[in-house]
Amino acid sequence: MIATGQRAKGWGFVAPALIWTLAFFIVPFIVMGAMSLATLDGRNLIWGVSFDNYASLAERRFLWRAIVVSLEITVTVTVVSVLLAYPLAWIIAFNVPARWQRLALLLAILPFWTSYVVRSYAWLLVLAREGVVNQTLMTIGLIAEPLTLANTRFATVTGFVHFFVMLLTLTIYANLVQLSPNYRRAAQDLGANAFQTFRHVILPLTLPGIVTGAFLTFVLCIGDYVTPQILGGNTELTVPQVIMVQLGRRADFPLAAALAIVLMGIVTLAYLAAARWLRLDRL
Amino acid sequence: MNRLTSTLLATTVLTSVAGAAAAQDQLNALVWCDHMDPELIAPFEAAHNVTVNLREYEGTGAALALLEQSRPGDWDVLVIDGIDVFRAVEAGILAPLPADELPTADFFPEVVMDEVNTIDGVTYAVTEKFGYNTISYNSANVDPADMETLATVWSEKYDGRISIYDYYLPVMGLAALSEGIATADISADNLDALGGVMTTMRSRAASVAGVVAAQTALATGEVDIVVGGGEWLTAVLAAEQPELTWTIPSEGAVRWTQSLGVVEGSANPELALEFVKYIVSPEGQARLATSSCFWGMPANAAAGDFLSDEQKAVLRWDDQPDYLARTQLYPAPDDALDVAMQDLWLDTLAQ
Repeated sequence: MIATGQRAKGWGFVAPALIWTLAFFIVPFIVMGAMSLATLDGRNLIWGVSFDNYASLAERRFLWRAIVVSLEITVTVTVVSVLLAYPLAWIIAFNVPARWQRLALLLAILPFWTSYVVRSYAWLLVLAREGVVNQTLMTIGLIAEPLTLANTRFATVTGFVHFFVMLLTLTIYANLVQLSPNYRRAAQDLGANAFQTFRHVILPLTLPGIVTGAFLTFVLCIGDYVTPQILGGNTELTVPQVIMVQLGRRADFPLAAALAIVLMGIVTLAYLAAARWLRLDRL
Repeated sequence: MNRLTSTLLATTVLTSVAGAAAAQDQLNALVWCDHMDPELIAPFEAAHNVTVNLREYEGTGAALALLEQSRPGDWDVLVIDGIDVFRAVEAGILAPLPADELPTADFFPEVVMDEVNTIDGVTYAVTEKFGYNTISYNSANVDPADMETLATVWSEKYDGRISIYDYYLPVMGLAALSEGIATADISADNLDALGGVMTTMRSRAASVAGVVAAQTALATGEVDIVVGGGEWLTAVLAAEQPELTWTIPSEGAVRWTQSLGVVEGSANPELALEFVKYIVSPEGQARLATSSCFWGMPANAAAGDFLSDEQKAVLRWDDQPDYLARTQLYPAPDDALDVAMQDLWLDTLAQ
């Protein structure tokens, strides 16, 4: 039986986190949910319980296309980022001397120090027709005419991957350095070659780090507005862009809130798919 | 002097300075980026010994939402899209202006626009700047003659060399003009025709870009044409890249205007009115027209006396009578049509 004093002490410790969650997640979520059930009468906001916004979303073709495009981009970015981040984290964890690992990690996250928007515009210049990539390819004779790289999905994915590889490297590295070298030694003693050791020992043990980083990548990527707008040249609609259009001129907060709830539903599905492996305590 | 005395003296001086600063009047203005230029604001601050706090916004919806969530007195002055003045008035956001104290007699007659700034005989705003959403292009890379007809602009010849300005009203206005439909006549009945034009336009475009992205795309050679561009896009680049220019095609173009008003419940209504008067004065207008963010024509024609010949050449001052005659005001849809136009725009972007 827990004494009353201990229980109060426990609540005292938990209170800051509870208040924070209540103020910055629960209450905003309830307001957004309520807003999604409100309607606009002309330009007047009418609070109530109406599913008109959700019904109208079902009829809008561009929204379905935006959901598909958002998912395609997000899944591509997540897979490519994991494939690039894992070897990088591996090299830092196992091939870089311990005293240099901090510096290596610092260099890996260096791009985080610049503004996200500035970095996106920098990529736009790099990928432009007259940019470094096209100029280099033309100089070495690989192409005769500049390639269209900017304002494409390729540009959007490149900008995202540049950002999220850093994030994933950190989560995977944190997992890798926690692994005791004895696991690898034991596997080798039992006759496993390097690939078998990785496939059957290292990879399963580092899966929580991969899935956690991949989930964070998924959440941040699918909700991002800046990169598809700047690097993608708005050539494909994503869900956040559709939300922004509702707010920009018409201030249709109810419809925008309904769209945000749909986006949150997609993220929830992603969470449920990944929940089995999500182990934040392993980071 | 001992340490205590020094500390007390320093505290007294600092308190006095802070007190003086606090006593200085403040003016809070919700504006577009062209008002953020110190060259425009500093003379007013000096003349009235006030501090003007500026906040930039994009999109009327965002501004109205911000104002509706603010307390009375938080904001003093609002810059707003000319066609949206009535929305601010309906929401009770703008206060009446003394029309007889504004120099509208000196304005270009076409941009006085009583029909948008005056409602039920009460003036709530005054036009401060205008320009055109038309065709900007790189004269070194495209044939200028091709830019004189809208259908040629988005023809196969310029496939992949076009960027579309990312705002549905002016772009759909241009689409309407290419079909011979006046911007004021856009209705649910002719949206299908507009959709066909926009599908063609979209299929030729390399990007759909906001102000900065469109400028960057044109300046870096990523595209050669911006549909919906105009002097506001290329004028600031005129000195460095004179090949970037703009034209009004034979079908005409869309005219944008921005208005300025005093916010209802302003804590400083007299000062706010002085600010409005300063902005529409010839000196203020010349500074606003050549703001570092974007250039545009001053509503007050008397500003010409305060602009250099070079500045007037970039603004194409002498062509304005012709341009004003050949352009039409932004489409100003009612709520239902606005939703339909926005959905059509998103359908086009999603193709």
